[in-house]
Amino acid sequence: MVAHESSSQKEPIFMATTLGAGQEQPAAQNIGITTARGPEPRRGSLQKRPRPVDGLVRILLFFCGILSIFTTIALIIVLLSESIAFFTSGLVTLPEFIFGTRWQPVAGEFGILPLLNATIVTSFWAMVVALPLGIGGAIYLSEYAKGSTRDKLKPILEILAGIPTVTYGFFALTFMTPVLRVILGENNVSIYNMLSAGLVMGIMILPTIASMSEDALRAVPNSLREASYGLGATKFETISKVVVPAALSGLIASFIVGIARAVGETMIVALAAGAGPVANLTVNPLGSGETVTGHIARISGGDLSYASIDYQSLFALGLALFVFTLALNFISQWVTRRFREVYQ
Amino acid sequence: MSAAKAARQTTGAYAIELHNVNVFYGEKLAVKDVSLNIQRQKITAFIGPSGCGKSTVLRSINRMNDLIGGARVTGEVVYNGENLYASNIDAVEVRRRIGMVFQKANPFPKSIYDNVAYGPRLLGVRGKKQLDEIVERSLKGSFLWDEVKNDLKKSGLALSGGQQQRLCIARTIAIEPDTILMDEPCSALDPIATQAIEELMRELVKKYTIVIVTHNMQQAQRVADMTAFFSIRKEALEGGKDRRWGVLVEYAHTPQIFESPQFEETERYIGGEFG
Ligand SMILES: Nc1ncnc2c1ncn2[C@@H]1O[C@H](COP(=O)(O)OP(=O)(O)OP(=O)(O)O)[C@@H](O)[C@H]1O
Ligand SMILES: [Mg+2]
Repeated sequence: MVAHESSSQKEPIFMATTLGAGQEQPAAQNIGITTARGPEPRRGSLQKRPRPVDGLVRILLFFCGILSIFTTIALIIVLLSESIAFFTSGLVTLPEFIFGTRWQPVAGEFGILPLLNATIVTSFWAMVVALPLGIGGAIYLSEYAKGSTRDKLKPILEILAGIPTVTYGFFALTFMTPVLRVILGENNVSIYNMLSAGLVMGIMILPTIASMSEDALRAVPNSLREASYGLGATKFETISKVVVPAALSGLIASFIVGIARAVGETMIVALAAGAGPVANLTVNPLGSGETVTGHIARISGGDLSYASIDYQSLFALGLALFVFTLALNFISQWVTRRFREVYQ
Repeated sequence: MSAAKAARQTTGAYAIELHNVNVFYGEKLAVKDVSLNIQRQKITAFIGPSGCGKSTVLRSINRMNDLIGGARVTGEVVYNGENLYASNIDAVEVRRRIGMVFQKANPFPKSIYDNVAYGPRLLGVRGKKQLDEIVERSLKGSFLWDEVKNDLKKSGLALSGGQQQRLCIARTIAIEPDTILMDEPCSALDPIATQAIEELMRELVKKYTIVIVTHNMQQAQRVADMTAFFSIRKEALEGGKDRRWGVLVEYAHTPQIFESPQFEETERYIGGEFG
């Protein structure tokens, strides 16, 4: 994708300059400019000359682009081939993988649901935190904060978005969990629990959602706000009835990016949500649960023999995650395209 | 609403009086000492060179300047005997009585119906039948009804520029203001759409007080009863810079402004000799 764009954009520009140099019009313009400006320009033959740097840069950039495509393709090939090996091993079928409610490789049971369940529970709690706070913060920044306040806060948000997630995981385990255990009772909350991981994951995603949503809100033309005020709307009415609906596509896109990050997040859940898939499917967030990513992280850290079924099962999980986040990306692109150009 | 009607009946000669109005953007004085009286159910045109503060004065009439950070108005804008800049006046309520149409048509990215129903809904009108009625009446009032009555569900942005501007006018008259401010409503329109809006203004002025900013001298002559000519004053500062502010030069009946202006500056401007 990247390589295609950069190469197809480079081409016409490059062509245009070489063509232009070979024709008369630009030269005539040059003369006009010289008489006005004074110093004589470098004047030589109009013939094409070698421009080695241009060519080199072009080739270099092309390889950068190609490389990113190539690694993605390689990744998919590896995921696919190991997954195919997994499903054709005769030990597990695709329906068993998708609908099975137990994940116990030792017993030959490979049902993804317990892992997926933990992923969904933690992501859900993450969004419970990140969505209202993120969009609320974005509305504050875009509609209420003074320009100077916003200029200070926005970079802080962007820095927060860059904190390594292992820090958040540590924070969940050593701060959030004890706090939850004090509030909700030690007997009710496991040391490793999905709620703590989910809430902290929400805090982690918050800046991303706030920052993206703020961009979406600010992209709403001021003329729409003026129209609303001009009809006797209050600030709150203007925001809720005009600005937010007009920015909806961008807000939804930020929401989906947030979910995708929650689903793919590993470190926080690996540290704080628990190790070992829960035996029974539960949505109770106070108990522990191992997410898809958490499981992959834990198992690939151990000593796994290549070509074993356990080893291959990880690729099937990876593929499932890949499909999931890809689907989210497509939805987000579709949503954005569907609602774009709603206002000019 | 009933308060609005009651207020409308108190018949002073003028709909709006500006007394010594100054407008500042931050430290910068944009308009200095404007005093003028706008007559009820007449069209008043503001003309003058770009940057002389026509929009600024217009926006001070319905407190739209409040929305710009750092904007400040001193002096008095008296509307039905009340100073709109007194501390007990609610700007939101002011804008319900004094509606505004903007230079660039700015329909909401909503259906035609929802565009027109926006204001009435804010005022608490909920009944479907009542809203239908208001939408139809307003669209008829802006001469748009016949063109859109069959697809009220269509997006307001799917209309042509002239239709969009008439939609914005319909949206404004749907809240039954008594004064409508228009900031260059035709500047983005072709002559035919412009003519439609001008006819509409002549129709509206039977019920409403209208103030219009225009760069088009012919338009002012065609539609306006009164014309106010604004201009720029400047003062040289050190370092080759200068300070500029807008002033009201002359305000009179339109024929007088165009045929026998009192000031040479006015004459030069309407004669087209201005920067
Ligand atoms: N939002 C603003 N912030 C700061 N200064 C402003 C703002 N709006 C207008 N001004 C300044 O106030 C002065 C008057 O501007 P205004 O827009 O009222 O002029 P105008 O007569 O409407 O011009 P035009 O005919 O170009 O629309 C100008 O010097 C302008 O730079
Ligand atoms: Mg203007």
